[in-house]
Amino acid sequence: MLTGDKMSVYSGTFIGSITMATPLLLAALGENIVQQAGIVNVGLEGMMLIGAFAGMLGTRQFENPYMGLVVAAIAGLLAALLFAVFVIKLTANQVVVGVVINLLAIGLTGTIYRAVFGSTGTFLTISGLPHFFQGITVLTPSALFVVPLIWWALFHTRRGLELRACGEQPAAADAAGINVNRIRLIAVLFGGTMAGIAGAFLSLGESNTFIENMTSGRGFIALAIVTSGRWNPWGCLAAALLFGFTNELQFQWQALGLHLPYQLFLALPYAATLFILASGGKLSHAPAALGQPYRKA
Amino acid sequence: MKLPSLLLALWRRFLLILAYGAGLTLLLCVTFLILKIPPVTALSSLCIGAFGDSESGHIYSISETLIKTTPLLLTGLGVVVAWQAGMFSIGGEGQLLIGALAGMAAGKIGEKIPSSLLTLIIILAGVGAGAFWGYLAGIMRVKRGVQEVISTIMLNYLAIYLVGWMVEGPLQEKARRVSQSDPLPDSVLFARIIPPALTNGSIARLHSGTLIAVLSILVVSFMMYRTRTGFGMRLMGQNPDAAKTARYPIDTLRLRAMAISGGLCGLAGVIELLGVTGRLYANFSPGWGFTAIPVALLGGLTPIGTAASALFFGALTEGSENLARFSGVSSVLIYVIQAAAVLAVVGAKSWQSLRKEA
Repeated sequence: MLTGDKMSVYSGTFIGSITMATPLLLAALGENIVQQAGIVNVGLEGMMLIGAFAGMLGTRQFENPYMGLVVAAIAGLLAALLFAVFVIKLTANQVVVGVVINLLAIGLTGTIYRAVFGSTGTFLTISGLPHFFQGITVLTPSALFVVPLIWWALFHTRRGLELRACGEQPAAADAAGINVNRIRLIAVLFGGTMAGIAGAFLSLGESNTFIENMTSGRGFIALAIVTSGRWNPWGCLAAALLFGFTNELQFQWQALGLHLPYQLFLALPYAATLFILASGGKLSHAPAALGQPYRKA
Repeated sequence: MKLPSLLLALWRRFLLILAYGAGLTLLLCVTFLILKIPPVTALSSLCIGAFGDSESGHIYSISETLIKTTPLLLTGLGVVVAWQAGMFSIGGEGQLLIGALAGMAAGKIGEKIPSSLLTLIIILAGVGAGAFWGYLAGIMRVKRGVQEVISTIMLNYLAIYLVGWMVEGPLQEKARRVSQSDPLPDSVLFARIIPPALTNGSIARLHSGTLIAVLSILVVSFMMYRTRTGFGMRLMGQNPDAAKTARYPIDTLRLRAMAISGGLCGLAGVIELLGVTGRLYANFSPGWGFTAIPVALLGGLTPIGTAASALFFGALTEGSENLARFSGVSSVLIYVIQAAAVLAVVGAKSWQSLRKEA
């Protein structure tokens, strides 16, 4: 009897960790590509929020959660296009534009949400993505499937090599005939699409509604995952699972009646990320030209 | 010879601020039109909210606007120092919270110390803790090459959870009901500086901490433009190689920039604690540390400009509460305004510099 209870706690923790990790992993995999191309997208949080909102709108409009997913992906792509115009075309500071995207996302989704649905506080529910098993939707296996795909594309294809060259030595890449800013544009658009889908997980896969600022920092966690995952998709998977696990642990821990401050678990992944970063040696694995705009000489 | 040129410079700065104000007002009007709200009524309602009307009196509303401006101004100055030095810290939020936490803890530990001395100790504790939080990101950059953008995000969350735990743990109120600390004794808090006679009885909350914030504008201006450290920081921000060639101690300057920036944000937290809330609680900051970035950017990353920008957005924040009451427009609209304004400025500047190169 007791062992049965324990088993369900363990399997519950495992499933919970994976579902918790899914949006983080999706966003982090996109950002991994973006950063390998030499760009830091701090606006990830905002792009996810836009995705969550657009996913809800699309699902209502087409009365189909999969169409909602498509709309969310397109919305993320459009947000990334705005980011790319400023960062790549106008060579503006990436942190500035990223912060602006976050502000814009909170402001726009909040304003439109209240304008369209009113601030009456009535709960807006939509029929989200069908659950196959204990909260597992189509997105979780997809995210896991994308990990080896991106790893292969990054490290075992010519395109992947070119992309990493843009992040390491853009001038040299340019000299070798690679169109640096075009590759960076494609990378940013891919990252935005993934962020949009990651956001849709929250509104369509998890809560079947939209809540203002519902990403509540998950985009920033995804940034941390890319860094602590050492700019490698497998590393991202491990880091995302760690985040999901510690997050899940707080619930299970409380369910088991252990009175530890739950903030400890929530803070653990951030502390771990800082520790990994600080101990990992100078600039190891980080793309050398990360954060620098590229202007053709 | 010197005075006229100074006057001219001030006049130019004034015109620039005026132009920005006009641009922002235009942006507001466009946004209202998109939302199908009559711009004139909306603007006047914003103004009444921020500066009062003849019926309810002006002083109370202006006092509230200045209260909203104070944390924006101090965190904005923090952004100015770090970003001018080329350190793109987004850790203001965490530094502010750590400052408030340290101040609260100092207040609790030092209960028996005479109150005016304790106030000073609380302020110093807040500034010190904020500076330390900023320094952490600095040392990771200098020693390990960790990008401050990433490390400050982590430090923000550590601060948020640390405060969350403290107000449910060691610092929680004696009644242990709500996630908040007990209030600090009134004698420790900042004095209200508007006599009640001026406001027909309603208590204006403006406190002496705002004066410290105003003083900080001068101190930061002096440091950035009249000291060797400030010059080195600005040079480093514009051209790190030139700063290296000129034998400026890059690492030391980076650490100083981060520590001063963090100290200013910590000061913002502790002033809010001593001037407005009197106690610490979860969600102590509505995101001042993040809003500080557009505020400082629209202020051109200069102390004076940031002061003007903080005042504008402080007034907008206060005014939007009045606007929300009759139009159903939420205060998150301010974020849209800030985002659009920063994009316009950044876009125009980048476009200009690209055209110059071509």
